[in-house]
Amino acid sequence: MAEIVLEGITKRYPDGAVAVRDVNLAIADGEFVILVGPSGCGKSTTLNMIAGLEDITEGTLRIGDQVVNDKPPKERDIAMVFQSYALYPHMTVRANMGFALRLAKVDKATSDAKVEEAARILDLTEHLDRKPANLSGGQRQRVAMGRAIVRNPKAFLMDEPLSNLDAKLRVQMRTQISRLQRRLGTTTVYVTHDQVEAMTLGDKVVVMRSGVVQQVGTPQHLYDSPRNLFVAGFIGSPGMNFLNATLEENALRTSVGDLPLDDRTRQLLTRADAPRELIVGIRPEDFEEASLMGGRHGGHTFTVTVDVLESVGSDVYLHFTEEGPARTSELEELAVDSGLADTGVQEHQLVARLSAATRAAEGEQLELWMNTSRLHVFDPATGANLVHPEPTV
Amino acid sequence: MTTTHPTAAHQPAAPGARPRRSTAQTRRVVGWSVANVVVVAYALFPVWWIAALSFKDPSTLTDGDFIPSKWTTQNYRGIFQTSEFTRALINSIGIALIATVIAVILGTMAAYAVARLRFPGKRLLIGMSLLIAMFPPISLVSPLFNIERLLGIFDTWPGLIIPYMTFSLPLAIYTLSAFFREIPWDLEKAAKVDGATPAQAFRLVIAPLAAPGVFTTAILVFIFCWNDFLFAISLTSTTRARTVPAAIAFFTGSSQFQQPTGSIAAAAVVITVPIIVFVLLFQRHIVAGLTSGAVKG
Repeated sequence: MAEIVLEGITKRYPDGAVAVRDVNLAIADGEFVILVGPSGCGKSTTLNMIAGLEDITEGTLRIGDQVVNDKPPKERDIAMVFQSYALYPHMTVRANMGFALRLAKVDKATSDAKVEEAARILDLTEHLDRKPANLSGGQRQRVAMGRAIVRNPKAFLMDEPLSNLDAKLRVQMRTQISRLQRRLGTTTVYVTHDQVEAMTLGDKVVVMRSGVVQQVGTPQHLYDSPRNLFVAGFIGSPGMNFLNATLEENALRTSVGDLPLDDRTRQLLTRADAPRELIVGIRPEDFEEASLMGGRHGGHTFTVTVDVLESVGSDVYLHFTEEGPARTSELEELAVDSGLADTGVQEHQLVARLSAATRAAEGEQLELWMNTSRLHVFDPATGANLVHPEPTV
Repeated sequence: MTTTHPTAAHQPAAPGARPRRSTAQTRRVVGWSVANVVVVAYALFPVWWIAALSFKDPSTLTDGDFIPSKWTTQNYRGIFQTSEFTRALINSIGIALIATVIAVILGTMAAYAVARLRFPGKRLLIGMSLLIAMFPPISLVSPLFNIERLLGIFDTWPGLIIPYMTFSLPLAIYTLSAFFREIPWDLEKAAKVDGATPAQAFRLVIAPLAAPGVFTTAILVFIFCWNDFLFAISLTSTTRARTVPAAIAFFTGSSQFQQPTGSIAAAAVVITVPIIVFVLLFQRHIVAGLTSGAVKG
């Protein structure tokens, strides 16, 4: 068990491509850190550099109080769980889990005891003498976990360990991993492209895009105060809604009407010297059916035509299309540059989460209320969140 | 070629396992069966003929029957009586085995590099080995003859082992790299993280998984060396290094007026049998080896 510190870690390939750029990250002892981002964002490369499977071009990597830049994986004392599980197909489960101990020349009795113990924790005892080919996906995943925990390493590195499982099993294993990590208290770095996994598992989430760390924080912090357009669109499901807006005297003019600005927001926008053209973001849960709001004041009320209703029991997701003038192409290009396109957010399509009591019907008009105190306002050129400014990480 | 027949013959049998089938299916099964029988008969007929010849008495050798009227093992006893054949057999076994071992060891290392590592000149290396495989051996025989005489390895074991190795290496590299490519990269990473040195990762994880591939390659290379006639006849002059295929060409009858047909047939059977046994025992490996890389298994 140890802390892991990355200082200015950069990975540059011989052809000049930069996979990871200047990552600074301190992972405390026993912390569960998630690296999340779309594919190709450099999260796996970062993990491989921590593991020692890829060379570090620039920067310093410390595990414990040792600089391990040039140490082979063998000397870093870390365990890794791979997306493909990478179980040795010619060995039994027992041999797979005991392989690291065998290489470390741990005596047979100790090694057997450790394997039995890990098998008991992971509910694999009856499968110890089977080969990986005869196991189900979930069992293989547990063997891969077992191989990591028998060694009692300084840190666990997990590279999308759940993405080969079906949805239900994934949720189960997610809980199990979380419980296991808490119980063992081992520093863990976990890579995933699934923001739900990131939100539910981690003490700390690191959002990456194109090899650059976008924001580091607790899941709740990332959700409430995304630093930029990319983080805002990436975190949360369904994702944040985005609208084009023009800054007027006391309001933001959008296709759903003029959104009033409160004093704090206005001050922040003035201080940030905001351009006239802006992007407004709002979470699906910050909408509600106007008639259900009673006489509550504040916010903004507008009328939409319901496209699709999706009921999930506790809530209803209402999809509607942004009306009014089409987005200017210039703004769209800027949005691409600032990473909105990478988040998978559909333009002009908005989602509102309504209480299950809603009377909304598909194809009909509905009055929606929007909580304007929860607005996020982004600079389309830089993608920066102007109402949740944060010192650069 | 013969290795693929059994698999082909099995395919039409599968629908036949169902209790009821349509006439169209029946016709297809019958059609395929007939086709298979014809192909197998065509391929095996010369083998049968040579086997029949080898058991014929010299007096009935030219009677044209496909079944010997008078069975005899005289031809076999004859070839084993003289040192000409036994010596050639020893040469054949020794040369083929040594060439195979060296080619497989070198090939394994080269194939591993080709499949796993990025290094400058990799494409050139692959291209060169392909070039060697495509070069018609006959065009190299005269230069080789001169080179070997100059080096003093003409008519020696190394004189044959070296060209055999050279010509079977591309085959070995190609077959083996296909096998190595199918071993997931992650396994090696896992081994490294588990604390293995590169040598340990290779020995404990990669080699056991590549074993079927190495085995297949060894058989293919061995067959290539065993069957070669061109180099054997051109690069030897005495029984010192002459292998069986070449030695057969030097068989003489017991008198000047007698053709050594019976002895040739017997010798041909003797050197064919080990290959047939090999192929039958390991046909699944060989087919898998030849098609791996093409079909993801």
